[in-house]
Amino acid sequence: MKNWLKWLSVVLLVYTCTAGLLMDVPRLSIVNETVRALYFHVPMWFGMVFLFLTSTVYAIRYLRSSDATHDIRSVEFANVGIIYGILGILTGMVWANYTWGSPWHGDPKQNGAAVALLVYLAYFVLRGSLSSEEQRARLGAVYNIFAFAAMIPLIFILPRLSSSVHPGSGGNPGFNMYDLDGRMRLVFYPAVIGWILVGYWIAQLRIRLRNLADNQPNNSNQ
Amino acid sequence: MGSIALKAPNRSLVLKTLILKEFRTEIRRQSAFSGLVIYVVSSVFVCYTAMGLQAGNLSPQTWSALFWIILLFSSFGIVGKSFLGEKKGVLFYYHSLVSPGQLILAKILYATLLTGLLSLAGLLIFITLLGNPIADTGLFLACLLLGASGFGTSLTLISAIAARAGNSGVLMAVLGFPVVLSILVLCIRVTKHAIDGLGWEAGNDELLSLLAISGISGAASYLLFPYIWRS
Repeated sequence: MKNWLKWLSVVLLVYTCTAGLLMDVPRLSIVNETVRALYFHVPMWFGMVFLFLTSTVYAIRYLRSSDATHDIRSVEFANVGIIYGILGILTGMVWANYTWGSPWHGDPKQNGAAVALLVYLAYFVLRGSLSSEEQRARLGAVYNIFAFAAMIPLIFILPRLSSSVHPGSGGNPGFNMYDLDGRMRLVFYPAVIGWILVGYWIAQLRIRLRNLADNQPNNSNQ
Repeated sequence: MGSIALKAPNRSLVLKTLILKEFRTEIRRQSAFSGLVIYVVSSVFVCYTAMGLQAGNLSPQTWSALFWIILLFSSFGIVGKSFLGEKKGVLFYYHSLVSPGQLILAKILYATLLTGLLSLAGLLIFITLLGNPIADTGLFLACLLLGASGFGTSLTLISAIAARAGNSGVLMAVLGFPVVLSILVLCIRVTKHAIDGLGWEAGNDELLSLLAISGISGAASYLLFPYIWRS
């Protein structure tokens, strides 16, 4: 990862945390100050989708080339994607506790997100139950791609088919062009880019760590 | 049947032969198919007993929940066998005869047909024992068949992965449940429309999504299966 990208992510996130917590936000009933969750909760989902997409792309590249480095990348992007997903669910639950009255509301978006996480946890169960390195990589890549294809209807179609109290659906205000306040947009877009960059950075560090561990001379795999 | 590779490279013929072969082996191993039917009958009967041996006790919502749960587990039983049942030698034999794409398509179609048949049988038993709250039968049958094709399509590849990974039953469940959950949600929603008798317009979106999910997972299976097979 380029150094300037790292600096950019640090600057953007420092800006997100300070401006996101201190700058003025529109006064809305019920939502009130919790509207600031937009800077921290929503970017988690953008980041998660980006990380899972990258993981799937590397899974496809692995199947085409059988190059083990692609497999390591695919795994680590999925790992960081799961962390983003868990953080997204947790931040959503904190927000829901204050606005909906309970952390788990059975909302279609919450359920879809939870199932999407289950898919990727199953991916790691599958990898764990295979002993041969090559088979683990190949079957893992196949399930990764298949699960991503199955996740798209979950996250993007199902919540839109049903009524939901989640912002952005069922007539509730969300972050589309009509209701997102100009001031909030100044923080929201940098926040999205910053969080995505940090996720990418973490994944890169983990990939480097894995490569170093695999290249140890006393490692029995080598 | 064995001579197809020599004289007929016709793809649809190969497909037909493979599907017929699946049905033939299924009929010859009678224990397997009758086992599934009895599985469905007994699970319906368990529900019936648990509900106090009365048809009227069930709210429509519980009715559809029970029905789809039974169907989900039965389809795991059906599709789970589609690769686990094959002996290693048979797989090698396939390898020399047909392309992986044809094999997975045949398996998917067979799983869809069998799940559809079994779900119709299950529906009959279910209605006999637990009553029939469905107002719009046509919509419900369409949902049933699309649901069966969704289960059959998305679980066939999972079954192939699980069979390769060895410890079959648990892995099949772990990998399969999150993938078929969206199909289940859509089916239960259409069932609600069918119970309320809202007509085709109400269920249109869901039926189209079901069709799309079957299409996506079918295409993904067709593309990905060669990588599972090669080893």
